[in-house]
Amino acid sequence: MIEFDHVRKAFGDHVVIEDLSLRVEDGEFFVLVGPSGSGKSTLLRTVNRLVPIDGGRVLVDGQDVATQPIEALRRGIGYAIQSVGLFPHRTVAENIAVVPRLLGWPEAEIDARVAELIALLKLDEPGIAGRYPDTLSGGQAQRVGVARALAARPKIVLMDEPFGALDPLTRESLQASVKQIQRETGTTMLFVTHDMDEAFRLGDRVALMLDGRLAQVGTPLALIRSPADERVNEFVGGTRAYLRELAVRRVRDSMRRDEAAEGDAVSPDATLQDALGVMLAERRERLPVQGGGAILLSDIVVRPR
Amino acid sequence: MGCRRLRALAPLLILIALLVALPHAGGLFHAWFPELSHPLYWRTSFVELTLAHAALVGIATLIAVIVGLALGILATREAGRSLLPTVRAVAVIGQTFPPVAVLAIAVPLLGFGAAPTLLALSLYGVLPVLGQTVAGLDQVPASALHAADGMGYGRWRRLWEVELPLAAGPIMAGVRLSAIVSVGTATIGSAVGAATLGAPIVEGLVGNNTAYVVQGALLVGALALSVDGLLGLAEKRIRRHPL
Amino acid sequence: MGDASRENGTGPVAPRERRRAQSALLQQRLPVVVLCVIGLVAGLALPFLNIAPNRLLSGHASGGQQGVFALLWLVAAAAGGWRGGAVAAVLLALVLPLIAAVDATLLLHHKPPTTRIQLGAGFWVMWLAAALLLLDRLRHVRAGWRAVAWAVVVVSLVVGGWQGVFDDLALVREWQAQRGAFTDALASHVTLSLITLGVALTIGAPLGYLAWRARRAGGTLLSVLAFLQTIPSLALFALLIGPFAWLAREWPALAALGFGGTGAAPAVFALVLYALLPVVRYTVTGLDAVPADTREAARGLGMTRGQLLLRVQLPLGWPVLLAGLRIVAVQTIGLAAVAALIGAGGLGRFVFLGIGQGATDMVLLGTLAIIGLALAADLLFQAMMAATGRRA
Repeated sequence: MIEFDHVRKAFGDHVVIEDLSLRVEDGEFFVLVGPSGSGKSTLLRTVNRLVPIDGGRVLVDGQDVATQPIEALRRGIGYAIQSVGLFPHRTVAENIAVVPRLLGWPEAEIDARVAELIALLKLDEPGIAGRYPDTLSGGQAQRVGVARALAARPKIVLMDEPFGALDPLTRESLQASVKQIQRETGTTMLFVTHDMDEAFRLGDRVALMLDGRLAQVGTPLALIRSPADERVNEFVGGTRAYLRELAVRRVRDSMRRDEAAEGDAVSPDATLQDALGVMLAERRERLPVQGGGAILLSDIVVRPR
Repeated sequence: MGCRRLRALAPLLILIALLVALPHAGGLFHAWFPELSHPLYWRTSFVELTLAHAALVGIATLIAVIVGLALGILATREAGRSLLPTVRAVAVIGQTFPPVAVLAIAVPLLGFGAAPTLLALSLYGVLPVLGQTVAGLDQVPASALHAADGMGYGRWRRLWEVELPLAAGPIMAGVRLSAIVSVGTATIGSAVGAATLGAPIVEGLVGNNTAYVVQGALLVGALALSVDGLLGLAEKRIRRHPL
Repeated sequence: MGDASRENGTGPVAPRERRRAQSALLQQRLPVVVLCVIGLVAGLALPFLNIAPNRLLSGHASGGQQGVFALLWLVAAAAGGWRGGAVAAVLLALVLPLIAAVDATLLLHHKPPTTRIQLGAGFWVMWLAAALLLLDRLRHVRAGWRAVAWAVVVVSLVVGGWQGVFDDLALVREWQAQRGAFTDALASHVTLSLITLGVALTIGAPLGYLAWRARRAGGTLLSVLAFLQTIPSLALFALLIGPFAWLAREWPALAALGFGGTGAAPAVFALVLYALLPVVRYTVTGLDAVPADTREAARGLGMTRGQLLLRVQLPLGWPVLLAGLRIVAVQTIGLAAVAALIGAGGLGRFVFLGIGQGATDMVLLGTLAIIGLALAADLLFQAMMAATGRRA
C-alpha cells in the first residue's frame, strides 16, 4: 500500500505537486497518466525518495518513507525507467542480479531467480544471459530493465514510462507480460505514462494528473463515462473516448447468453474492440461466443447502463 | 563580456606594470635580499629580454601555424588521405617527446644561441597545431560536407567556406597550446644561450642570486599568462563567430 | 590484406576500372613515396656521421656513402605492397645503424683514441623515416605480426649492442664512460616521476570527485589549475626555491629529511601542481562517463554512493582516468628534466651538464633516455588501457 498524504513539491518557485493525497491499494495496478510536466514522474519518484518532498508525507505500508533508511527502502521497491539505465559493463544476468546481490542473497538463489526472470520475461534467446547491454534490441533491454526491477520480489514496483521508447508491437507484448506478472504475483504497481491507451489497458485504477493536481481518480470506465470536467473529457478523448471504452470492456459483460450465431466464436475475455474488428472483417452483425451465447453489434453500439 | 575580457587582459597589464616598475625596484630588492651586492638584473634590460622572448615565440608560432595547417589540410584531402595515419602518428608520438629534449637535440645541429631555440620551438610547436587541425577538420559533420557538395561548392571553396570555419575553434586551441608551450620552452632556451626571460632565472640559479630568479620568474609568468589570455580571447571569439 | 600490386592489371579490365585501381595504388603508395623521398634527401644532403677529435669538440662531416643510401631508399620505395614494404622498413631500421657501426670502426683506424664518431643528422632523419615507414606499412598487418616486426627491430639492436657491434660509436662510448652516473640519473628520474604520479593521483582523484559533485566549485578549481599549468616550468621551479629554503630553515626536522630550497622536494611539489590539472580533469570526465540515467537507475535500485562509485563509476570511468594518467606520466617525465636545473637530479642533469660542457654525446644520451622513458610510459599506459577495455 502506498499513501500520499498532502504531498507538496516545488523546484524553486515552480510548484510541481500541490497538496496531493492519494492511496494505492495492495495488489493494485495503479496508473498515473498526464501530459509531460504534470508532475506524475516527480510524484512517482517521491516514493523511493529520489525526489525529496517539501510538505506532507509518503507512506509505504503505513510507514513514512522519510523515516526509513534510504538504501534499504529503495532495495525493497522495484524501479524501472524509460531509458532503462542498464549498467553497460555488466552482462544481462549481472544486471538482473544487482539488487539481490546488494541484499546479499546466496549465489545459488540469485542464479535461480535470474533464470526464472529470464523465462518469465520471455528473454529466451539462447545465450542472452551472458550478453552485454549494447548488443540488445530496445525491447530486450527494457525486458531486462523490468526483470531487474522485479528481481528481489519487491511488494511494490515503480515504473516510469518504461515502454515509451518502444515500437507498438514490442510495447504491447511487454504490456501484456507486465500485466500478467503483476496479476500473478499480486505486486502493487505504480506506473507512469503519458499514453492514455496504455493507461486504460493496464490500470485497475487510473489517476489523471494535470498541473500537479489529481484531475480525476477512478477505474478506466469511470473516467471515460463520467469525466469530472471539460479538461478530463478532453484528455480522455471526447467522442473518441467511446472507442477507448471498447478497448476496456469485455465481451462477457455485454453478451447475450440466450442467443446464438454462425461463424468463428470469440473468447468471452476478448475486448469489445476485438469483437467489433471481427464483425467488420467478416461483415456480420452478430458473433458466437466460446462456451455459448452471442455478441450483437447493437450491444456494442448501444451502451448498457 | 567586459568582465571576461578584462580578466583575460589583466596579465598583460601586470606585465606592462612590471616592466615599468622593475628597473626602479632596486631598493626594494636590496631590502629583501640584503646579502646580494647586485640585487637587480642588469646585463640586459627587461624590456629587451621580453621583446626578444616574445619575438622568438611569435616567429616560432607563425612557422608552426603555417606548417601545421598546410600538413593538416594536405593530410585530410582526398589525395593525401593515405598520409593521415602517418601524420597523426607523428603528431601524437612527437608530443611525447619532452620540449627540453627537442631543444637539446637542436643544439648539436645549430650551435648555441637563438637559432636552435627557434628550430626547437617551431618543430615542437607544429605538433599541437597539426594535431588540432586534423582533429578539427575530421569532426566537421558529414552532413555539412554533403550539403556543400550538393550546392555545388568546389573543393577549395568547400575547404575555405565550410571546413576551415567549422574547424577554426579546435585549430585556434592548438595555436594557443603551441604558443604557451613555446613561452615555456623559450625560457629554458636561455640555458643554450638564447636571450630570453629565462636568462635572469638561469643566471640566478647558477650564481645563487634569488633576486634575479624572482625577477625573471615574475616576468615570464606574466608573459605566459598574457599570451594565454590574448589567445584565449581570440579562441572564444572564433568559436562564437567563425571567420 | 592482399598484395595490391598483384590485383592491378590482371586480365582485361575496363580503362576506367584500371584508372581507379591505379589511383588506389597511388594512394596506398603515397606515404612510401613521401617517406622515401625524405630519406633519400637526408641521405644525400645531411652528414651521416661526424668525426670529432674528442668528446668536447665539435666534429666535421664524413661522407662517401651517398650512393649506398640512394640505393637503399630506391629499393625501399620499390618494395611492393604492405608486407613487402614492412620487411623493407625493418631491414632499413637495422641496416642503417649497422652501416654506422661498420663505418665508425673503419674511420677509427689509425686515429687517436680520443676520436669520437658521432651519429649525424643524416642518420637520425633516415632512421626516423624508416621507423615511420614501418609504422605506416604495418597498419594493414595483423596485430601479432606488428608486434613481431617491432620486436625484431628492438631485439636485434639490443643484442647487437650487447655484442659490442656499436662500441665504436660516440654515443655508446659516452654511455660506457658514464655508466654509473647514467644509471643513477635514470633511477632518480623514474623515482621522481613515480612519486609525482602517486601523489598527484592520491590528491587529484578525490579532488576530481569533489569537483564532479560540486560543479561550480569544481569549475573554479579547474581554472586555478589551468592557470598554474600556464606558468613556464622553469619559472615555477625557480620560484619555489625561496619558500622551500625558508621552510627548511624554520623546521630543521624537515631539512634533516633532505627538504630544502633545491633538490627533490620543490621539484616534486611543482611536478604535482602541473600533474593535478589532467588528473582532476580526467577524473571528472571519467565520472561523467556513466550516463545520468544509469546513475539514477543505480540509486533507485538502492545503491549507496560508495557502491555506485565502486561498482559502476569506477569500472566505467577507469579507462578515461588511465588516459589522463598517460598524459600525466608523459608530461611529468618531460618536466622532470627541467627540474635538474634546481638540483633535483634525473636525466635532465645529463642534458644540462652536457650543454654546459659542450659534450654533444652526453646531451644526446640524456635526451634519448628521456624520450625513451616517455615513449615507454606512453606504451605502458596504452597497453593498460587496451587490457582494461570496458569488459575487463
